Amino acid sequence: MEHRLTTPLTKEAILKLKAGDILYLTGKVFTARDEAHKHILDALSHHRKLPFNLTGAVIYHCGPLLKKTGNSWQVVSAGPTTSERMTQMTPALVKNTGIRAIIGKGGMKGTAPLFRGRCVYLAYTGGCAVLAAEGISRVANVHWQNLGMAEAVWEFEVKDFGPLIVGIDSYGVDLYEKVLEKASEALKAIVMASDST
Amino acid sequence: MSIISRDFFVKNIIELIIRSETILPMDTVIALENTWQKESNTVAKSQLSAILKNIEIAREKKYPLCQDTGIFIFNVTIGKNIVIDFNINDAICEALRSATGTLPLRPNVVHPLTRENSLDNTGDGLPDITFNLTEGSDFEIFVYPKGAGSENMSRLAMLKPSQNEEIKRFVLETVFAAGGMPCPPIIVGVGIGGSFDLASRLSKKAALRPLDEMNDFEEELCDAVNTLGIGAMGLGGDTTALAVHVNTAHCHTASLPVAVNIQCWANRRAHKKFV
Repeated sequence: MEHRLTTPLTKEAILKLKAGDILYLTGKVFTARDEAHKHILDALSHHRKLPFNLTGAVIYHCGPLLKKTGNSWQVVSAGPTTSERMTQMTPALVKNTGIRAIIGKGGMKGTAPLFRGRCVYLAYTGGCAVLAAEGISRVANVHWQNLGMAEAVWEFEVKDFGPLIVGIDSYGVDLYEKVLEKASEALKAIVMASDST
Repeated sequence: MSIISRDFFVKNIIELIIRSETILPMDTVIALENTWQKESNTVAKSQLSAILKNIEIAREKKYPLCQDTGIFIFNVTIGKNIVIDFNINDAICEALRSATGTLPLRPNVVHPLTRENSLDNTGDGLPDITFNLTEGSDFEIFVYPKGAGSENMSRLAMLKPSQNEEIKRFVLETVFAAGGMPCPPIIVGVGIGGSFDLASRLSKKAALRPLDEMNDFEEELCDAVNTLGIGAMGLGGDTTALAVHVNTAHCHTASLPVAVNIQCWANRRAHKKFV
């Protein structure tokens, strides 16, 4: 099924999404990778207010490449990075900030129970850095620029950003896990067939 | 007398690097288009059309296809009649530093232990430059930028000589363990024989071969890989690998080295023939 949603995302909106569905997103996404995650968690544990509002927000695992002309930023390339690196820091983020979706690539093993009723994981096609940049209409803001271009938190305004595939839905279904289960059975069958010849 | 000047060489290598990052080779584009056409899984199909669109935008805008612009491998073929009066290694490094600023390329090269970034994509041992000496008057440079996502999923095994049938299992287990992480559809290069290091080099060479030339053994391996159903980006689908290529070398009677090198869909390679 195909969906079009606008941020901030409500709980009702994400409950409509099922693993394997296709989604196009309009509104705002916040980039965050390793260092930004550490900073957000650090602020939360010290009860400091974040410089941006994550209620109903979408986090994008992305270290973009931008060019500055005059006072405005132009996004050159903004493909997803491997989400696996953020897996350990994600529970605290999901539980304490009110984010409703995470965009990345490759999935996040074992997070499906945590996402239940709260959040979804959306897959953006790996390597499609210039296509992603096309979907970003404006750089609305940037936070923690001292972390460097790739690690800062960029507020991107996006229009029909996608295709995003619902990789993990809010019902505990993980598409990556399902694919690997089948692959594992296929692998066993092939190996057994060649063992018996 | 030198057949070309250093300046001319550097300028052409910069152009070659830019071409390798922005334009995917035709065989790969055709293979991806064919894969898109016959894909029955709608999720996989959406991923493949995103990839095809991305390839087109990168070519039009002259932007790198992927933000991971890779580390650089150069292959230099040089004939015995060719006279060059400058240091080719130095000239290639200069071109790479320059392209890092102009395209731009992401500075990817770090010290392995301190992780300090050289900021210009060069360092000890990088770029990786190999020379092939030939009899005639050839002078040709091949460039292969290699991203980390797929390279990190590559593996090597020193199998027992009696374990011939284990080769297929090792290839399949490597692709299975990689799942969606190397950005499938992938190209699988397999190196069989040689030694610990030669098998790796064979596997990389195999991964870089043109995509339309599989023999029966390679077809069999490719079909088996695609039976796994990992699909584009690991989200399920008919095509996990565009091709499996096997390169072999003789080896010690007591050895059976097997290396598997994985290449993502962004199968970047370009070459320039000077003579």
